[in-house]
Amino acid sequence: MIEQIITSGKHNIGIDPVLSIWPWEVPADLFLAGLVSGLLIISTFLTLIGKRHDYPIAVKKAPIFAPFLLLIALFFLFLDLSHKMYFWQLYTNIRWTSPMSWGAWTYLFLTPLTFIWAAIHLKTAYPNWKWPYEWMENTIEYLKQYRTGLAWAILGLSLTLSMYTGILLSAFNARPIWNSAILGPLFLTSGLTSATAFILLNCPKGSNEKKLFCTVSLISLGVQTFLIIHLIMGYLSSDLAQVKAADLFLGGEFTTSFWIMIVALGTLIPAYLHVLYLKKIKVPVIIPSILILTGGFFLRYILVEAGQISHW
Amino acid sequence: MRYAMAIDTKKCVGCSDCVVACQVENNVPIGHCRDWVVEATSGTYPDLSLEIRSERCNHCTNAPCVRCCPTEASHIVDGGIVVVDHDECIGCKACITSCPYDARFVHPEGYVDKCTFCIHRVEKGENPACVSVCPTKCMYFGDTDDPNSEISQLLRKRKWKTLIPEAGTEPNIYYLT
Repeated sequence: MIEQIITSGKHNIGIDPVLSIWPWEVPADLFLAGLVSGLLIISTFLTLIGKRHDYPIAVKKAPIFAPFLLLIALFFLFLDLSHKMYFWQLYTNIRWTSPMSWGAWTYLFLTPLTFIWAAIHLKTAYPNWKWPYEWMENTIEYLKQYRTGLAWAILGLSLTLSMYTGILLSAFNARPIWNSAILGPLFLTSGLTSATAFILLNCPKGSNEKKLFCTVSLISLGVQTFLIIHLIMGYLSSDLAQVKAADLFLGGEFTTSFWIMIVALGTLIPAYLHVLYLKKIKVPVIIPSILILTGGFFLRYILVEAGQISHW
Repeated sequence: MRYAMAIDTKKCVGCSDCVVACQVENNVPIGHCRDWVVEATSGTYPDLSLEIRSERCNHCTNAPCVRCCPTEASHIVDGGIVVVDHDECIGCKACITSCPYDARFVHPEGYVDKCTFCIHRVEKGENPACVSVCPTKCMYFGDTDDPNSEISQLLRKRKWKTLIPEAGTEPNIYYLT
């Protein structure tokens, strides 16, 4: 047994007695970035396979929210910075070894493209929409001819952003809970699940699109469950630091929140409600959608909190 | 050149003079510290052993804080000392979470702060403040690339360990055991 006590006094704020340096802002940013990526991946993918007219909510309406959600995500990231007025330093260099640098540059390129993507779909989603100036109308019409190129660029950047939300954490070897290669795919899947929930909230009653996205959401929740099981299995089959870290979810202080908020309410119950809906049993789709979105946020929140507590 | 520090755990009495010296020398704000003293008790009663360690940033050769910094604010200067450029630090705190030793903190002015091996003193050929004031002379500072330096000789003669070597950070603080 080893007992270690700091005898000289060490109470650095946010560091001692346990690390708590990233409160809600970072998880909120990761959640919104995942949601926006999911919306854009679905919208651009359906466009590229020539199905953009078949799924108007997913392709044309939902992405209109994307730039605004992305700006909120960026604002949360800005709120988290403790040396805010120096944020521009992010764009003075590219650091290949820093996931945060990758994320910052991805945000920079993706944000204007999401505005363009939303703008070219605005009039089809809302036929009564009128641009205040003619030059705006002309510009949007001009950009429509580059729809395919835009879709490829946005698809690539959205996949990068979504994976970045997981890799940002998994790159930290110092925190055993985060140091798992599963986090990237898990956050990508969770982002897609959240996006399907968001699309379902906007779908009209009984539409084919609603049925399709119920099925997509169900598959996505299945993959998510598979990845969560592998995450835990990965911890338990790794070194002692990760085995100990897994205890946080298996009897430790995050057990209740992890299994109830993420696994039960955020994954299994909405999956069950989707099955009921697909079997034509009346279930208001708002319930699984809200559960998935809440679960998506808590997935990031709990993993960020638990990761900070876990150590070598 | 590769600066390193060796701390003799057989001589350290845990007086915390190193902590006070650092705070005075570097004007560390109240409530924060760049170094600290740990008492580690191991074994089972009555077979217990006590080790006292003065800890700080390990100025790792493979520094995760430098790797993850998005702005190059955290960087390694000549001699292998890991420093933070205050005017480049955005306060994203990625370096804090990446450090397995919890050696960094957010300065009240917003940037991230940590031990610098008193680089301003080292550049003048002096020892870091903590080494200078140690009443038991249990701390040694020098160039491990120089085989004739006191620290190199000690590391050849004595048994030593580093903290959390399994993290792969290649620390440059050695504890003589």
